[in-house]
Amino acid sequence: MQRYSFFNLLRHAATGHRSWQPAWRDRPLRQIYDVIIIGAGGHGLAAAYYLARHHGISNVAVLDMGWLGGGNIARNTVTIRSNYMRDESIPFFVKSVSLYERLTRELNFNLMFSQRGMIDVIMTPGVLRQIRRRMLAMHLYGSVYEPMSVAELRRRVPALTGGGPGSRLPIMAAMLHPTAAVCRHDAVAWGYARAADDLGVEIHQNTEVKALLRGPGGAIAGVETSRGTVSARKVIVAVSGHTSTLTETVGLRLPLQTYNLTAFVSEPVKPVVDVVVNCPDLGVYVSQSDKGELVIGGALDVGQSFRQDIKQGVFENTVAALLELFPSFRRLKLLRQWGGALDFAHDATPIVSKVDIPGLYVSAGWWGGFKAVPAGGMTLAWLAANDAPHPLIEGFGLGRFRHLDYVIETGTTSSR
Amino acid sequence: MLILSCPFCGERDESEFVCAGPARAPRMTLAAATDDAWVDYLTAPPNPKGVVRERWWHSHGCGEWLIVERDTLTHAIHATRGARHEHD
Repeated sequence: MQRYSFFNLLRHAATGHRSWQPAWRDRPLRQIYDVIIIGAGGHGLAAAYYLARHHGISNVAVLDMGWLGGGNIARNTVTIRSNYMRDESIPFFVKSVSLYERLTRELNFNLMFSQRGMIDVIMTPGVLRQIRRRMLAMHLYGSVYEPMSVAELRRRVPALTGGGPGSRLPIMAAMLHPTAAVCRHDAVAWGYARAADDLGVEIHQNTEVKALLRGPGGAIAGVETSRGTVSARKVIVAVSGHTSTLTETVGLRLPLQTYNLTAFVSEPVKPVVDVVVNCPDLGVYVSQSDKGELVIGGALDVGQSFRQDIKQGVFENTVAALLELFPSFRRLKLLRQWGGALDFAHDATPIVSKVDIPGLYVSAGWWGGFKAVPAGGMTLAWLAANDAPHPLIEGFGLGRFRHLDYVIETGTTSSR
Repeated sequence: MLILSCPFCGERDESEFVCAGPARAPRMTLAAATDDAWVDYLTAPPNPKGVVRERWWHSHGCGEWLIVERDTLTHAIHATRGARHEHD
């Protein structure tokens, strides 16, 4: 792999940047692999990388119906955080944040990782109680929530002038999650793809998996794609909102529902907000990208949906909530909006699990899994390599539904 | 924004309604159900790229509960009716 460094940049500048290698190779699709990973998104590419790096399994094909990193890894709001509620979740997300902290160096790819912190703006006693309870749970596992006074909030975020004493919902408290971060989402996909390709993994774009295939003994045998049948004894499904559609091709029903979560960005402006601001009461969160665009997200649309656009009512509610906090943003123009089809499990905790079909592994229910990409990929690779769950994901197994022993998570989306 | 047809109030805007999630099949007789079928019933509603059956509550209107058939790819609404006689 051609390393990216200041020295190499200078060297290539001298030759007019004509001799850079492609970041990953296009190779012919073979008929058999050790492992097939469906979905060249964050979790799929990370799993491919860790399969090769940690477990020495590099005869791996990552298949994607579209282009690499064109699914939900391109459709999130890049917030990385570990402010979760449950014993099963917090250590996992703490690990994920710590892997992100080292990822730029590990992948030799600049993720523009910026650990700027997130501030929860609290307006009602119910949310305050819930977040204080989360704070106590998080402290057990080394994740940090620090109470912040309203005066300190106003000092840290001067543009936040709404929510004053005369407003409908005055701000009553704030909570700082100092390890929260943002980074460049495309770089996560590209960085993992480049590093996995370097270790021998093949990435096949525009290769839609139509169906899973079972062998005569009932175990997984491979996949039917738009480019023909590909065989493997292990298949990993990492396709977010489309998980149940795919597993139902082998009769496997999963406790997942697919919803539409949306976001939009404003025109670029000078630096105005240097933290992630999240308001669970109003259902809105905002951060500012390096380009200067405000990245704004809200609550998910009601009802199951596979759409990738934004419903006008959701859009208007989110804008109204944003302007409640930041009245001065009302003159901003909005540039782009998008939505993702994301799945969430019956108890709102992810599913990273074996299933009843030997050789098939599912990573689903992330309900916004960008923050989970490194730890999700690492533990998914472990699961497929060892056919047993990594200790960090023991609580994410499908068995919990069989025993009605749910892990009911409240920290899954930041806007709830 | 969806427009739902309430049997009492006529066509009304989605913002008057609360979506209460998938409309389930009638509750199964526990004595006859296997554990797997019961867990499936409780946790895994249909998740199709196509028509789902949902319950909606006209909370800011007449208070009627509706059964709505809606397409998850197009948002097209194929049928709306009052839920009170659903399992008769």
